[in-house]
Amino acid sequence: MSDSSPLRGVIVSHAAVAQALVSAVTVITGIDGALTPVSNEGCGTDALAERLTQAVGSGPAVLFVDLPGGSCLTSSVRYAKQHADIAVVTGVNLAMLLDFVFHRDVAPAEAARRAADAGGKAIRVTAA
Amino acid sequence: MTLALYRIDDRLIHGQVVVGWGQPLHVTFIVLVDDEVRGSDWEQDLYRMGVPPDMEVIFASVEEAARQMASWQADPRVGILLVGDVNTAVSLVEHAPQVRTINVGGVHHRAGRTERLRFVYLTDDEAAKLRQLAARGVAVTAQDVPTAPAIPVVDFT
Repeated sequence: MSDSSPLRGVIVSHAAVAQALVSAVTVITGIDGALTPVSNEGCGTDALAERLTQAVGSGPAVLFVDLPGGSCLTSSVRYAKQHADIAVVTGVNLAMLLDFVFHRDVAPAEAARRAADAGGKAIRVTAA
Repeated sequence: MTLALYRIDDRLIHGQVVVGWGQPLHVTFIVLVDDEVRGSDWEQDLYRMGVPPDMEVIFASVEEAARQMASWQADPRVGILLVGDVNTAVSLVEHAPQVRTINVGGVHHRAGRTERLRFVYLTDDEAAKLRQLAARGVAVTAQDVPTAPAIPVVDFT
């Protein structure tokens, strides 16, 4: 992946979850512009598809979806089936996004696997 | 028990249905009536991803739904039936007149539709069809989640 076509991350969520995650990543890393939030608020399938199209643009992208089912996922998978170089990850969390923004020089599918691994490792039950 | 909800929702299976309605009603099966999804294996896989493993999802065309309606209504479990638009709901009632209630749960903006409620956008033709259903004795109300009031069709069309 060249620097001229950086891999974009698009967070697709209910309500304002996506926007909050983008803000948190920017605050923690100082990296701005790597992630784009998309909310399904008030959207049917057509409107959400249009928001996804606007957010992804022309480049390769990883779509980070909040839940492993529902309108955010169905719209994201439909989009991925219609476009090349799009990967979809569900269960988005802050840890996977923090890892992603520093590792965007790979293909979408590889970035998605790496992000899912990083996000999964962040889920732990800690000692009291 | 029976089918507890007959819902128009253009998002079909999603959080409001599975969690918002599914939890308080103790729903254990969903019937998704959509001719296009009925013919698409990958879309069926996609919608199955949105439900817990112990919740059954049944995909049916309108004609199949009409044939199976009596058995779903007699099912000892609690279920929800979903369609994606007003036209499918009208067709379902025509094929299966034992459907006596319609919940308008989510019909979103599209060209030609105007806002009737925050979660209901309809063309004039769709609004008229809902009123016609009501005139035939079907109880048509709009309600996105169980905690919200059910709004009678005359108040949003």
